[in-house]
Amino acid sequence: MKRHQNLLLLVAVALLTALPLWQVQRPEAGADGKPVDIFTGADNRAMALIGQIAPSYQPWFEPLLEPASGEVASLLFALQAALGAGFIGYYLGVSVTREKMRREVTRREETDAGDTAC
Amino acid sequence: MHIMEGFLPIEHAVGWTLASAPFVIYGLRAVRRRVHEQPEQRMLLGVAAAFAFVLSALKLPSVTGSCSHPTGTGLGAILFGPVIMAPIGAVVLLFQALLLAHGGLTTLGANLFAMAIVGPFAAAAVFRLARGLKCSFAVSVFLAASLADLLTYVTTSLQLAWAFPDPVGGFAASFVKFAGIFAITQIPLAISEGLLTVVIFNALARFNPRELQDMKVIGSSEVRA
Repeated sequence: MKRHQNLLLLVAVALLTALPLWQVQRPEAGADGKPVDIFTGADNRAMALIGQIAPSYQPWFEPLLEPASGEVASLLFALQAALGAGFIGYYLGVSVTREKMRREVTRREETDAGDTAC
Repeated sequence: MHIMEGFLPIEHAVGWTLASAPFVIYGLRAVRRRVHEQPEQRMLLGVAAAFAFVLSALKLPSVTGSCSHPTGTGLGAILFGPVIMAPIGAVVLLFQALLLAHGGLTTLGANLFAMAIVGPFAAAAVFRLARGLKCSFAVSVFLAASLADLLTYVTTSLQLAWAFPDPVGGFAASFVKFAGIFAITQIPLAISEGLLTVVIFNALARFNPRELQDMKVIGSSEVRA
């Protein structure tokens, strides 16, 4: 039952992620004739909005290191996710084995107790 | 929810850093005490950090036609209490600020406040409230994680609106604009984060029932549920 529930939950997450890709329409090209980018980062949109609200604002600090390209950035993001997922997977693997061995031990103890009673 | 490097006026940058620092220091102490007293929980602490790492690396598309990412702070806040997420969030945000030019050092304090302080405290409070109202464990986890996620982005919108009030409408108009970018985008992502947190809790409750019971996250009657 639990496994079933998790599967359904994961399907729901996949749908929530995929539906916008299919449902959001690309807006018409602007006056400059360039196609409008969609699914850009919300952080960058906020940065653009700051530019609109306070056109005179100048950022006063630059990032110390910037990924050399979008590819390098995606490498680092993938690394970040892989490290996290790897650890979670390792922990769950350990837990499954430990729980199995625990059950094995209690089962054996029960049968041992049964044997001596006879 | 990352405010980019240099995109907060200097007074705001300093103010948010000062506001976040005590939480990080207190959180570090809490982590150290916890690891000292219950070394067997070290791995689970690692899972909470790993979950935040994974989720904040996933940029997901949303209904507004832009992309954003979940925060993954609800899990740790429910397991260990909200303060321990402050140092964990600091590690995640520093990694992204230093290596990815995502967020920044000057905006670290503000981003920490939104993601690693407001979010986790909201998660812990909502979880307690929902449990108090006799919601099931899964529903409580879902509400806690998704509201924490959403409130993180509302906080970011408030921070930006405070720093950049609209010349005509002032703070309120500016907040509506920033919230339109962050909070609306975040609604489906917050739901996803809530669901994913339930998934991981299901796995933990199944394979680590004793740990969760020891930590008083679940009651003894729910272990076999």
